[in-house]
Amino acid sequence: MDIFIQQLINGLVVGSIYALIALGYTMVYGILQLINFAHGEIVMMGAMITISAVSILSGSGVNLPGPLLVVAGLLVSIPITMLLGFTIERVAYRPLRKAPRLAPLITAIGISIVLQQVAVLIWKNNPRSFPDLLPHASHDFMGAVITDLQILIVVLALVVMGGLLIMVEKTKLGRAMRAVSMNQSVASLMGVNINYVISMTFVIGSALGAVAGVMVGANYGLAYPTMGFMIGLKAFTAAVLGGIGNLAGAVAGGLLLGIIESVGAGYLGPITGGVLGSHYQDIFAFMVLILVLVFRPSGLLGERVAERA
Amino acid sequence: MLANIKQSKPAAYAGMAIFAVVLAVLPFVMGATLGNTWVRNLDLAMLYIMLALGLNIVVGYAGLLDLGYIAFYAVGAYVYALLNSPHLVPMLSGTGFEWLLHMPLLVVLPLAALLAGIFGVLLGSPTLKLRGDYLAIVTLGFGEIVRLFMNNLDRPINITNGPQGVNLIEPVSLFGHKFSQAITVFGIEFRSVHLYYYLFLALALLIIVVSIRLQSSRIGRAWVAIREDEIAAQAMGINTRNVKLLAFAMGASFGGVSGAMFASFQGFVSPESFILMESIVVLAMVVLGGMGHIPGVILGAILLFLTPEVLRDVVNPLQDKLIGERLVNPENLRMLLFGIALIFVMLVRPEGLWPSKQRKAEFHEDDDLKVKDAEKEAAHG
Repeated sequence: MDIFIQQLINGLVVGSIYALIALGYTMVYGILQLINFAHGEIVMMGAMITISAVSILSGSGVNLPGPLLVVAGLLVSIPITMLLGFTIERVAYRPLRKAPRLAPLITAIGISIVLQQVAVLIWKNNPRSFPDLLPHASHDFMGAVITDLQILIVVLALVVMGGLLIMVEKTKLGRAMRAVSMNQSVASLMGVNINYVISMTFVIGSALGAVAGVMVGANYGLAYPTMGFMIGLKAFTAAVLGGIGNLAGAVAGGLLLGIIESVGAGYLGPITGGVLGSHYQDIFAFMVLILVLVFRPSGLLGERVAERA
Repeated sequence: MLANIKQSKPAAYAGMAIFAVVLAVLPFVMGATLGNTWVRNLDLAMLYIMLALGLNIVVGYAGLLDLGYIAFYAVGAYVYALLNSPHLVPMLSGTGFEWLLHMPLLVVLPLAALLAGIFGVLLGSPTLKLRGDYLAIVTLGFGEIVRLFMNNLDRPINITNGPQGVNLIEPVSLFGHKFSQAITVFGIEFRSVHLYYYLFLALALLIIVVSIRLQSSRIGRAWVAIREDEIAAQAMGINTRNVKLLAFAMGASFGGVSGAMFASFQGFVSPESFILMESIVVLAMVVLGGMGHIPGVILGAILLFLTPEVLRDVVNPLQDKLIGERLVNPENLRMLLFGIALIFVMLVRPEGLWPSKQRKAEFHEDDDLKVKDAEKEAAHG
């Protein structure tokens, strides 16, 4: 039983990270009906820049407690990823808004390759270990182990997601985003500056991505320039699972995928008598993706059920 | 190239004869001027042309965006590798299936094509309802699943030998001659790379002819109809399900053939060769060259295959001279240029470098009409 709870906890932690990234995909999809392939790379950039910033800060003799140092690193990486998100939309997506749908998809792949290769140029193609700055004392929880870091990740993810939901529901920008996602032309007739709203969507999504990137780095203890692809794909799966374009769906899909993956990989070995082991973990995400798209393309929460943003 | 010849017949024949001679002596000219690596590169370029033409059927003709195409290449490569290497010998010996090993090329090649085609149908059937970017993501997932299985199927039964891959693959043997040995005809020595060149050239030409014939056939026109408007195509009596599956199967079988040739040429296969980036590279060849236009796709394949090879020859010496150390890896630079090229071409020339006339016209319709279409779409979506 405690193994089950342990896998559940691990799944919840990973799932909340997936959820944060999935929000970035789903926001963009809700507004532009476009898969922002480069979002995984933004997550990677967030992690790598934070690690570099932290190591430069601590190298230059700044004496801050660990968590504050990470916050300082985030304060460097978030604006940079926001700028990246803004630039990506301007360069690769905006000129193609009226082109056939294949075109922005291909530029998105192009951007993704460029970001990844730039990262390889800057950081070389080696994993960087995430500095040991965050508390990770472990606690006993119903026979399983949960660390401070895991609690921190889940709580922070929930706070950020809550903030985003409030932003979308209560603020003027949020209302504009919802309007644009429902109907661009009408929204623009009502005086919504569509280009501004789309830019802001990318900027906000990228900021979430940077935070998620740092969480990934902290959770696995390392980050590397090619990590964006897999994490991005899984988060995209989460977004599809929950119903792409739907904010609550992205959160639900993220958590669910994290748990499926973790519990599934944990039990695959014992169930199959060791024939299939946990090295098949990555296949779960793809299987889930294919099954959802084939049997319920609108996702768990469907596109029209809840508010889109 | 063949399709472009519309002048008088003698001129056309003369042109084709010159072209054939150029193709025939190309490896020797390359070998004499640029060295043997370039003959090898020529062989690999042929493989990429075959791959790109296969993907062109799926993406260019039928308009189905496939991001996992390299999986079929992998299937073909593993079929050849497993049936022509010592790897499966212990498992098959004494089971009555020994005849599977070391079959002649004329059996293995169709077998690789068939199996890859079956995988194509396997991928195609659950994704029939999906379109555009969703299809892209699912095919991407499929490609990764195939690779992950190849990486992990070394236990409980060792089928693929996992990440180590399969080695000691036997070279092609045709008319009783092993391609690993040189052969001398009329005083000219044809070495292994040359023999492979002619074999690959023949296969590439075969695929080109099939592609051209398909294009104007009933099936080819059905593919284009589906690409342009699936609902209208259905209304015209096209069985969209079968026709789409056929596109997947056809494209996949071309990929399977070139995969099998890749395995025999390299003598070694491992899952490393079939990563997502390879799928993207092949897709880029099709898109940059000009989707659906055979000469364009061939041009795209040659350009994108040769650029990194040229870079490799230029970048490292240049770095050694200028800064004395190697800061930039040519592979890195290659991918970077790749990404930039993808973005740039889509922004500036979305129809590709050498599109068909029809497609070019489509991309340069009145902008007025485009805006109206987009508005309509927005109103519906």
